[in-house]
Amino acid sequence: MPETVISAQNLGLTFETNDGPVHALKDITLDIAEGEFVSLIGPSGCGKTTLLRVIADLEKPTGGTVSINGMTPEQARLARAYGYVFQQAALLPWRTIEDNISLPLEVMGLDSATRASRIKSNLELVNLAGFEKKFPWQLSGGMQQRASIARALAVEPQMLLMDEPFGALDEIVRDHLNEQLLKLWAKTKKTVVFVTHSIPEAVFLSTKIVVMSPRPGRIHEIIDCSELGTDRPLDIRESPEFLRIAHQVREGLKAGHSYDE
Amino acid sequence: MSDSSLFRDKILPIGTVVLAIIAIWYATAVFLNAPFERDQAERAKTTISFSEILPRTMAQERPVLPAPHQVFAELWDTTIGKKITSKRSLVYHSWITLSSTLLGFLMGTVLGVALAVGIVHFQTLDRSLMPWIITSQTIPILAIAPMIIVVLNAVGISGLLPKATISMYLSFFPIAVGMTKGLRSPEVMHLDLMRTYSASASQTFWKLRLPAAVPFLVTSMKVAISIALVGAIVGELPTGAVAGLGARLLAGSYYGQTVQIWSALLMAAALAGLLVMTVDIIGARVNRRMGVKPA
Ligand SMILES: Nc1ncnc2c1ncn2[C@@H]1O[C@H](COP(=O)(O)OP(=O)(O)OP(=O)(O)O)[C@@H](O)[C@H]1O
Ligand SMILES: [Mg+2]
Repeated sequence: MPETVISAQNLGLTFETNDGPVHALKDITLDIAEGEFVSLIGPSGCGKTTLLRVIADLEKPTGGTVSINGMTPEQARLARAYGYVFQQAALLPWRTIEDNISLPLEVMGLDSATRASRIKSNLELVNLAGFEKKFPWQLSGGMQQRASIARALAVEPQMLLMDEPFGALDEIVRDHLNEQLLKLWAKTKKTVVFVTHSIPEAVFLSTKIVVMSPRPGRIHEIIDCSELGTDRPLDIRESPEFLRIAHQVREGLKAGHSYDE
Repeated sequence: MSDSSLFRDKILPIGTVVLAIIAIWYATAVFLNAPFERDQAERAKTTISFSEILPRTMAQERPVLPAPHQVFAELWDTTIGKKITSKRSLVYHSWITLSSTLLGFLMGTVLGVALAVGIVHFQTLDRSLMPWIITSQTIPILAIAPMIIVVLNAVGISGLLPKATISMYLSFFPIAVGMTKGLRSPEVMHLDLMRTYSASASQTFWKLRLPAAVPFLVTSMKVAISIALVGAIVGELPTGAVAGLGARLLAGSYYGQTVQIWSALLMAAALAGLLVMTVDIIGARVNRRMGVKPA
């Protein structure tokens, strides 16, 4: 049995706003084991980003506990236990692609030879070799997002937290990046927490799908996808098991939504 | 840009405006200087026709408004026509003003940047300093300049530094305001990103805030350098300074040397243009090196 990496107990977060409290998260209890690929899916505003930010120590919970490898989120952040990929590529416009990837490595105080080798290998991993000297604006949106993934990977974290990394990309690029991400995950055995709006994307990538519902943000259902195996070609999306799980996710999303109206 | 578009986009519009200004200038000179000629004629009990007045209005020794060619002749005579070490050389006087402008600008930039760094990092400084910084600029510089000169003279500081101090007093303000804005310009997402790397405050400053502030700094430096020049000129007025463009303006007004005043004014304007252009070119270069997308 693999070890539990992320463990949330009755996690809650209420934002105090001018028009009263917003219950972004309520009673979230979730265990994520090492090497798992967990997707968070749910309607807009159900707290997916907030949950990811709590795990990353970018937001403090107002109730319950989270532990990451037995540490508090803050300790885990200070130990650089995770790489975070934002919804936008968030590259620094004044740095070239290689210098952008170098940024976290400089912060970590790595020497230039180590930096250079990590930049090279991670750019190759996301198929961006040859674009080292380009500035972000010279790259397409998909390429920028790949660069930001390379930047997160270069830190060599045990854990990847990804907030709708492919949300703004077209279907074809998205498929391609999904395949690459899956290969990468199979190769590196990292634990991934992945936020998405897309049912096929969630089913294709995940070992476990967390369906969330809004107001207050809660976990509606946790769906296991391990029966799809680890070797998943793109056309697995036409297989009956895939369609059955996708259907289950869709039903879960509907049920979570219904008593809203 | 091809030659024809350079002509169409730059030379033609600028040239047209220059020609229009010169035409208006001549017309105004005639209008303003004509009464003197009429007075003269009246005093001599003769009558004078307009065609006689016209050339004379452009050749007076102390015209109300000198004609452009008089000013340009004076400019030529006092720049090309004199040795630069001569006290009558406008180049010499420009250099005196320029040196205190540059020193004041440098001091103002350092002070402005230092204040901005403090303000961005310490909330108490933000609350305590900002009101004073803003108040400092509401005091007319003409009121405070003599006091600065007198006080500094009393402690034995004279020459370049008092004038540079006035330039600094004026130029630190746009730098402090622009730089504060620039240091605060990084998006929340980029700040969060640095946080996920558990970057220290100084790492966040050097790798994120400072580079993000550079375009803001360049813009405020353009404003700062031209008002540093104003500060240097103003600084030369109350002291009865013997050298500098301000001194030339003052001496010119004492003796009614309008031609001298106008040539000093034009020189100051040219100097300001040159300074702003220099900052602009350096700024554009820095921006290009920092990957700013060419427009
Ligand atoms: N800093 C904040 N202050 C106040 N309310 C916030 C804050 N951040 C998020 N919220 C609220 O918390 C709720 C959850 O937001 P969150 O961004 O986590 O949703 P999400 O599931 O990621 O949505 P989306 O799919 O649109 O990205 C929303 O109602 C949002 O308005
Ligand atoms: Mg979100």
